[in-house]
Amino acid sequence: MRLLKQLLKSPFFVLGAGLFLLTLSIGLLGPSFTNVDVNTRAGLAYMPPSAKHWLGTDHMGVDMISMLVAGLRSSLYVGFLAGTVATSVGTLIGLYGGYKGGLIDDVLTVGTNLFLVIPSLIVLILLSASVENGRSLTLIALIIGCTTWTWSARAVRAQAASLRNRDHVALARINGFGTLGIVFFHIMPYLLSYIFMVFILQMAAGILSEASLSMLGLGPYDSVSLGKILNEAKTNEALTDGAWWAFAPAMVLITTIVFSLYIINTSLEGVFNPRLRK
Amino acid sequence: MLKNRPTLAYIVGRAGWYAVTFFVAITVNFFLPRLGDANPVDTIMAKVSEGLDATSAKAKEEAYLKEFDLVEVDPTGKVKRDAQGKPVRTSLGHQFVNYLGMSVRFDLGSSILQHPKRVSEIIKAALPWTLALQLPTIVLGWLIGNGLGALAAYRRGVFDKLMYPLALLASAVPAFCFGMLLVYVFGIRLEWFPAVGGYDDGLTPELSFAFFRSASYYYVLPFASVFSIVVGGQAIGMRSMCIYELGTDYVKYAKLLGITESKILFYMFRNAMLPQLTGLALALGTMVAGALIAEMIFSYPGLGMAVLTAIQGNDYPLISGCTLLVTVCVLCANFSVDVLVGFLDPRIRAARQTGK
Repeated sequence: MRLLKQLLKSPFFVLGAGLFLLTLSIGLLGPSFTNVDVNTRAGLAYMPPSAKHWLGTDHMGVDMISMLVAGLRSSLYVGFLAGTVATSVGTLIGLYGGYKGGLIDDVLTVGTNLFLVIPSLIVLILLSASVENGRSLTLIALIIGCTTWTWSARAVRAQAASLRNRDHVALARINGFGTLGIVFFHIMPYLLSYIFMVFILQMAAGILSEASLSMLGLGPYDSVSLGKILNEAKTNEALTDGAWWAFAPAMVLITTIVFSLYIINTSLEGVFNPRLRK
Repeated sequence: MLKNRPTLAYIVGRAGWYAVTFFVAITVNFFLPRLGDANPVDTIMAKVSEGLDATSAKAKEEAYLKEFDLVEVDPTGKVKRDAQGKPVRTSLGHQFVNYLGMSVRFDLGSSILQHPKRVSEIIKAALPWTLALQLPTIVLGWLIGNGLGALAAYRRGVFDKLMYPLALLASAVPAFCFGMLLVYVFGIRLEWFPAVGGYDDGLTPELSFAFFRSASYYYVLPFASVFSIVVGGQAIGMRSMCIYELGTDYVKYAKLLGITESKILFYMFRNAMLPQLTGLALALGTMVAGALIAEMIFSYPGLGMAVLTAIQGNDYPLISGCTLLVTVCVLCANFSVDVLVGFLDPRIRAARQTGK
């Protein structure tokens, strides 16, 4: 409660949380306000905004508002799923390695650093190109989660290692707690705020990665995503035709989500890390 | 010998580590595409025989199979075939060893889309563009971003209040979004700069004034799109680094002594730089990937465009060639940063001076 009060005092947090809740509610409540239909042609190609179609139509004549709501839902879904997977994998590896130390820690650290250096987009391209026939949105989110966990593992490991030699951990060890018991009940609770911040950044990374993949033409076959809207607009000459409504709103949405997540993260950092607060 | 030269020992250690990383990367590059249902070998076969009559398709297929050592070949150089006339596949391990050998010789096979052309030729033509775009952008962006970050942390006030949200926004805009916006506003609407391509149509890449003038004109928009993002991200990192430094005793003491602002800023910058340099090494992969996608938006004749056309046409030899090369470039850049850190890090330098 005290934490929330402190957070609400930070203008950055209010702005970030407000923007994020706004996009979230557009995604969640959008379908109940407008008829989201991305499969029927409601008009001609690239019709400019009008009273009937507030943001015009895309190259197939599909209503842009429908496309945007559907795309936003997919992008948020990818963000949540990829963020959850990446944070869980990274946290587990980081906590375990950081607490255990020694050889296991060395092996995990080397592995993490290896995949940190190899650009994750490259791994994503190779993986996505290989599952050409069944590239569903969920699969893409899982693939993204499995390739972007590295820096959260690195960040969590450093924190866990600093807690390893605390007295309460030693006490738990004497009392016969197993490794997993100590990791989950005596180390993780101290890092929850940190892990939450990592999760927020991983979500942003997931949304950006999906959009990048879609820009490459490796997007999901079964849904509309914000990245796919942009890719379709680019490949179907929306730029040269001057059809700004086919890409600008999708850009604004992606940027708003990522920006809101970034400033939520920095405002949380300001509260959790008092040294930055002045 | 290495014991008395800590810097050298450090560099040799890093080189060894990157050699291992390279091996992992090349393994990933080979095995990942072969994991899924769309096996590149089958795709190659299907692709090769598309729109050709039976005999020439067979000849082309055999050429590919032999090139990548995918099938058993008898001593006379003919492809071994089983009872149904299907070529006999070599084992995956055999293919991998062959792939390693080819990659080390930088022989990446021939492209499917642009058939007789070698992948290494295509990459050789694309690489200078990518390097010319990304190297200066990332280095300049890093320097200016860090300068701005340090200044914002030191000055605070209006400058910081303005710069910080802007930097956050700049780093939140995906590279391709900003690129598309630039193309639309400055390339198509205002027509200040050419929207797509790397140089004027009539020219060929050569060392002439006309070509350079044209190329630098086309350079502006891609540069701006990648630059702003690098600057934003670095400024944020440097700012929080410097706020931390500002709270340390040496800065307070220096202020009490009345040392000039610029000198304190310099001390701070020096101390905050090392973690920022390590941060650069970690962020390089993401930066390069972002810049590659920005290249596609501008149809810049670099590697990004090569990757895009390769993916669109299922040109596996070209995809894996490009991904391998991008990885190698990122690893090389990382290694250079690490070597630089070895020279700048006072802990490694001190060990060198005392001879321990």
